[in-house]
Amino acid sequence: MSRSLVTLAGVSKAYGRTVAVNNVSLEVGEGEFVTLLGPSGSGKTTTLMLIAGFERPTGGEILVRGESVVARPPEKRDIGMVFQSYALFPHMTVFENVAFPLRTRRLAGPEVAKRVDEALAAVRMSGLDARYPRQLSGGQQQRIALARALVYRPSLLLMDEPLGALDKKLREEMQSEIKTLQRELGITTLYVTHDQQEALALSDRIAIMNGGDVIQVGSPLALYERPATDFVAGFLGDVNLVEGIAAEAARGLLRVQIADGPEVVTHGGPPLAPGKRVRLTIRPERLELGTTEQAGPNAWRGRIREVVFHGELVRYGVEVPSGVVLRVTRPFRGPDTLFARGEEIWLTSRPEDWRIFA
Amino acid sequence: MRPRSSWGQALVLVGPALILLVTVYLYPLAWLLVLSLTGGADGVVGFGAYGRFLESSVYLGVLLRTFRISLVVTAVCLVMAYPVSYVLSRAGSLTLRVVMVFVLLPLWTSILVRTYAWMVLLQANGLLNNLLRRLHVIDEPLRLMYNEAGVVIGMAQVLLPFAILPVFASLRNIDPRLHAAARVMGAGPWRRFRSVTLPLSLPGVAAAGLLVFVQALGFFIIPALLGGSRVITLAMVIETQVVDLLDWSLASSMAMVLLVVTVVLVVGFDRLLGLDKVWV
Repeated sequence: MSRSLVTLAGVSKAYGRTVAVNNVSLEVGEGEFVTLLGPSGSGKTTTLMLIAGFERPTGGEILVRGESVVARPPEKRDIGMVFQSYALFPHMTVFENVAFPLRTRRLAGPEVAKRVDEALAAVRMSGLDARYPRQLSGGQQQRIALARALVYRPSLLLMDEPLGALDKKLREEMQSEIKTLQRELGITTLYVTHDQQEALALSDRIAIMNGGDVIQVGSPLALYERPATDFVAGFLGDVNLVEGIAAEAARGLLRVQIADGPEVVTHGGPPLAPGKRVRLTIRPERLELGTTEQAGPNAWRGRIREVVFHGELVRYGVEVPSGVVLRVTRPFRGPDTLFARGEEIWLTSRPEDWRIFA
Repeated sequence: MRPRSSWGQALVLVGPALILLVTVYLYPLAWLLVLSLTGGADGVVGFGAYGRFLESSVYLGVLLRTFRISLVVTAVCLVMAYPVSYVLSRAGSLTLRVVMVFVLLPLWTSILVRTYAWMVLLQANGLLNNLLRRLHVIDEPLRLMYNEAGVVIGMAQVLLPFAILPVFASLRNIDPRLHAAARVMGAGPWRRFRSVTLPLSLPGVAAAGLLVFVQALGFFIIPALLGGSRVITLAMVIETQVVDLLDWSLASSMAMVLLVVTVVLVVGFDRLLGLDKVWV
């Protein structure tokens, strides 16, 4: 991460007794793409509004290039913003919409025309200058909103669930375009979404928020592999969550007994006293299925309870002794590789793929 | 019993209103048209009454004055309504409710009562003139009644709610995120108003203007009481024709002209401007 452009230092926002954002600290580096990811009501949009200047923090500092901007109104913050509803001006043409921020900056006419053309070309919307927003599709409106937020080359781009109103296919298409554009322009971006897949695909770093707190900040890979809490593990991707009792720790391996069920051997984790109740997670794609008997740790007998075919992958529900049903995801490698419902199988997993949360 | 078809259902729902409209509105209106084309002094069917109306410089003058007063009243109402509507559109729910009551209160008060109240205020020895004289702002009483100024004051007060409500509705309908977007793009308060608020509220302003103007064309009590014999409007001439001169034919032709002008304005607004449909 290069030097920090935006710094949130212990920022809080309370409405009366309701705390929307609680003591959030976060740095966004120059050129970085950071995503605030969390369920609705987690405080991510409020955090964005605090940075944009529409809300004033009730505690903490917001610094841009080391300078406090808390007292500065939104119109003086040099920020580009894409709203979920796009907020295009319905009474202005595409050209006038994109030209708007340039006109507030009193740029000369020819310069305005040149910059608008460039911005529209960047989002592949050249030639639609004379249209009105209502004459455009959702995806096109989205591109115009992006062009309008980028045309004045703001130092920071804020995006509030910008793809929320688009259908799945278009959303994925726009994701890759946003990412390409962001990389080409090198513009520092703070992105808000509740869609974990979107966050994983776009971000350099993700800040997971819940209940006004930032739970964990890290690269998509780091968060996926080393979630700090079972909330993070469950929010980012899919996990199996089981409860068990720590049995014995030896040579870096920990044995955990699942109630009435098999024993899980895991790597490391926090030091735990035997008898302590813990929660264990493992991702569905890290569980292996086989028909031949397996030896070694974490090799359990199981029975296929459910088979759901998704095309490129197949999701199984596998019941292990004690009645716990684990979800297993396998790539689809042809009809002869499918397991049938009711089939007895062996379920195996590597100790290092389990996570323990006290 | 349940109507079998959706047409039957529609007829049952619309029926009462339809019967009312036909009997108390369409039927008398048709009679008015017939009266305007017949019943002249010579009993000939034709446009004779329209000719007597539109070829008389006196009556044409009345028609022009009626239009002029209506236009001025419309302008006064819009200028006064916009700031009120603007404040209302940004007010909290309590302020909104309180101010709304004051906006609507005149509508629940008899127009006769209000007009006499204006006479008490505006006459040469009225409250306003006495107050101004006592404060030595003026020496001679201002002529606020029995002229067009008095009529405009009275009519504007009565019609103001009809200007405030549409403008308020259009202002209230502007997506606040548009202001947020303009703001973040560097637009200060004046620019936000000029580029976003004002253009997006124009359909409401146009609707308000139409509503006020069309109503003002037919005003009778206020011009009659506050204008006296000096400010004669079309509605007053119609009344004289019916009550004093018993010239139903001429009165009907005047009413028809007024009606046609109104219909042309309303249809023209819908066809040409139709602004509220253009921008959504």
